[in-house]
Amino acid sequence: MLQIANLEVAYRSRGRDTRVVRDLSLHIGRGEAYGLVGESGCGKSTTALAVVRYLPRGGRVLGGRILLDGQDLLALDKHSLRQMRARHIAMVYQDPARALNPSIPIGRQLAEVFALSGLAAGETQDRAVEMLRRVRISDPAHVMARYPHQLSGGMLQRVVIAMALAVDRRLLILDEPTTGLDATVEAEVLDLIETLRGEFSTSVLFIGHNLGVIARMCARVGVLYAGAKVEEGPTAEVFEQPQHPYTVGLLRCLPRRGRTKRAGPLDTIPGFLATTPDLVPGCVFSERCGLAADLCYEVAPELVQFGDRFSRCHFHERASDLPRGSPSAPPDASRRHTRQTPVLHVENLSKTYSGGQLRVAALRDIAFELWPGETLGLVGESGSGKTTLARVLLGLTPPDDESIVKLDGEALPDLASRRRPEQLKALQIVFQNPDSALNRSHSVRRIIGRALHKLAGLRGDTMRIRLLALTRSMHLADRFLGVRPRQLSGGLKQRVAIARAFAGEPRLVVCDEPTSALDVSVQAAILNLLADLQAERQVSYLFISHDLAVVRYLADRLLVLYLGRVMEAGPAERVFEGPHHPYTEALFSAAPDLQGRGGRIVLTGEIPSARKPPRGCVFHTRCPRKLGRVCEDEEPPLSLRDEEGHAIRCHLTTTELAGPRTNAVAVL
Amino acid sequence: MSGEALTEAPARPAQWEIARLLLRSSAFLVGLAIVLFWVFCSLFGAEIAPQDPYNTDLLSQLAPPSADHWFGTDALGRDMFSRVIVGARDILTVAPLATLIGVAGGAMLGLVTGYFGGVVDNIVGRLIDAVLALPLLIVALMALVALGPSNGAVILAIGLSFTPIVARTVRSAVLAERELDYVAAARLRGESALHVMGVEILPNILGPIFVELTVRLGYAIFTVATLSFLGVGLQPPSPDWGLAISENYGLIGGGFWWTVLFDAFAIMSLVVAVNLVADGLQTALDA
Repeated sequence: MLQIANLEVAYRSRGRDTRVVRDLSLHIGRGEAYGLVGESGCGKSTTALAVVRYLPRGGRVLGGRILLDGQDLLALDKHSLRQMRARHIAMVYQDPARALNPSIPIGRQLAEVFALSGLAAGETQDRAVEMLRRVRISDPAHVMARYPHQLSGGMLQRVVIAMALAVDRRLLILDEPTTGLDATVEAEVLDLIETLRGEFSTSVLFIGHNLGVIARMCARVGVLYAGAKVEEGPTAEVFEQPQHPYTVGLLRCLPRRGRTKRAGPLDTIPGFLATTPDLVPGCVFSERCGLAADLCYEVAPELVQFGDRFSRCHFHERASDLPRGSPSAPPDASRRHTRQTPVLHVENLSKTYSGGQLRVAALRDIAFELWPGETLGLVGESGSGKTTLARVLLGLTPPDDESIVKLDGEALPDLASRRRPEQLKALQIVFQNPDSALNRSHSVRRIIGRALHKLAGLRGDTMRIRLLALTRSMHLADRFLGVRPRQLSGGLKQRVAIARAFAGEPRLVVCDEPTSALDVSVQAAILNLLADLQAERQVSYLFISHDLAVVRYLADRLLVLYLGRVMEAGPAERVFEGPHHPYTEALFSAAPDLQGRGGRIVLTGEIPSARKPPRGCVFHTRCPRKLGRVCEDEEPPLSLRDEEGHAIRCHLTTTELAGPRTNAVAVL
Repeated sequence: MSGEALTEAPARPAQWEIARLLLRSSAFLVGLAIVLFWVFCSLFGAEIAPQDPYNTDLLSQLAPPSADHWFGTDALGRDMFSRVIVGARDILTVAPLATLIGVAGGAMLGLVTGYFGGVVDNIVGRLIDAVLALPLLIVALMALVALGPSNGAVILAIGLSFTPIVARTVRSAVLAERELDYVAAARLRGESALHVMGVEILPNILGPIFVELTVRLGYAIFTVATLSFLGVGLQPPSPDWGLAISENYGLIGGGFWWTVLFDAFAIMSLVVAVNLVADGLQTALDA
């Protein structure tokens, strides 16, 4: 078992030590899964790296002990450290593609792990095949010969896990192992980890910012803030009755199941993480805490224990009284549907990529209407065509010839370069990754100013006045105008990107996973901002996200895509309530939530390639409710299931869809 | 990092960080000192040279190094020391100008091919390949034979033969930038291709262009000296180093080593120094 006692880690920059892990103690029993949560920069990953003694340059352990089965990891010499890493500790990182060597076949990389553990050369191949089978890879011999780029993300992460568990490890460290994966694949990987943990009785240190995943995976959880453990206890209890205001705040930031923008803004944690926590005399969280009293600003609280719970708060028993960090009144959304024409009318939209003999249908026969002030949520696994749809609408990629796209009732030219200025400004986008979306050599003022100039036609003083008004409405302080994007945090960068999109009073803003790179507290603030802007300006959103709770919060209507086809469409409430398309049903059930382990439908098999979509219903290869031949031969129509416009593309009747699954499927 | 804060690390502009790294690198500083020395010579050579570099003195032909003539004299009795000092001017005018033309042309070509891609890229790309297949010196020689030797012709010949090489480097940098979302965002607000290339992309690829500038300068100096040596570059009575070596190398057999050695050293020191600067810059920009 792992025992960390009074760990102190610091990074040295410009001759000064900054402590990033402060007096951290925790223990993980044999076969136990322990979760470590907190915002980015709170020291989660640093702790993990300290355990494997792999701190980046400038980082060092100032004090404390890390014991694995009684052996002090910090005291190991080079040779024993290598032995320890080869045999007893394994780490799985967020991005599996970067954890594997791109120029060596999977099989050889896996065999290497066995060779390192001292197995004879003849045996390693067999063991590798056996291990791949254990991580539920159906055709191990085939996969062994593949290179990493030939496999999907979920498959790669399974290979990495296979490598991590190849030899009987005592400790497995998982650093956000499913963050880049689709919900369905994530569910599968999590199940796998869970099963293997039982089989091998390995201790697991699970690092994550997704509280739902932690709730599903871990028996106990520790909450880190500014490098210090502020709360710890059994996961269900901590998430049910948090005893530290920070935990309370984190949990409230999440759009819980069923919450929508009409119920009012999400709660946020005001302020930001202290950059020099060592200089704060009292509680490090006091600056952001709505409960802080004089005592909190003067005396740093000790970690107090009650039962099997710990909290570092003077007033832990009243933590749940934490006042809201944002106003609770719902935005005024009374002016809805005032116009007779939809902002966007899409009909018969297809996109086929063709190269030589190859024809890939990325989108097929998409149709929808979007009204002013309305949000259309777009969900589906990666490769379902969400981003292609966004790019086609924006005019970055031309659709197939027969497609019809109308903006305010008027046909929209295919390419952005052929669109009129007022059409350009009407349709804008907020990208997923603000690092890529903002020009790193331009200042914030220049980025937004240029958009105001081009899209709103402003210049001179008028432009400067509008610029200030616009940035202030995005809650961007004036002092940020002169800096470049790299000096801003992720949340601030995303605000700049939103300001740019809103420069020309857009009618429709495409939001392509705008919060997936952000912490939950920042995500809540950005979602609130988007909801406010919508209520204020009647702008419509096309909101792409793989986080269903986020989609549910903002979306009025929903479009579920699979292999470029609409599988289900309708008002958000109707789609969320069901009856669902079997694919939607699986997507919804895969999404982790705080309540943890519900009945989950596991989709077997990989997403088919769009190059060779299955005949008949494209979903039949993975469908848990497949009827039989009819699904393989005949593509079902997208048929209306009620008066409100709820449509499902399935051979099953509405009643059948609402009923329990009849054929035997794995329900874990 | 933290919630909504300015992140702490890059509080200073990136340029400062690069400057700090450069000042720490002794190789860079030595290179810079030598380059600056030769630049000084080329600007004020005539004033600081102890004697007139063009003055022939038939009484002291081929005099060995002495107190009067530190580097000796050549076959016409001209003071070698003064000729080496003054000789910096022509090469330090011709080589940087040729480099500037080559890098500017290459950057433009690279931006256009990289940004537009497709047919433009294919046609220009094949042309570049064709030019690159020929040795630089042969191309320059042919051009000079056609144009006739003059400073302007040398500048043009070397500049144009650098263009495709620089275009390649810039093109690959542009290809990476073009995929970033800020380029899509610019197109979505109706920016012209010229604006996207010049205002959006160019500032982000200045690093590799700058490195290319210093690396090419080293080659240019070497090429100018070589062309002069071959007789198609700078023309007599210029005290140019390459030309001087060409005029005097027949004398080495007679034991008059000083007529060649110091010019050779001058070329070598300048080329090495420019490369030290280039290396230093590249390291600092990559860090």
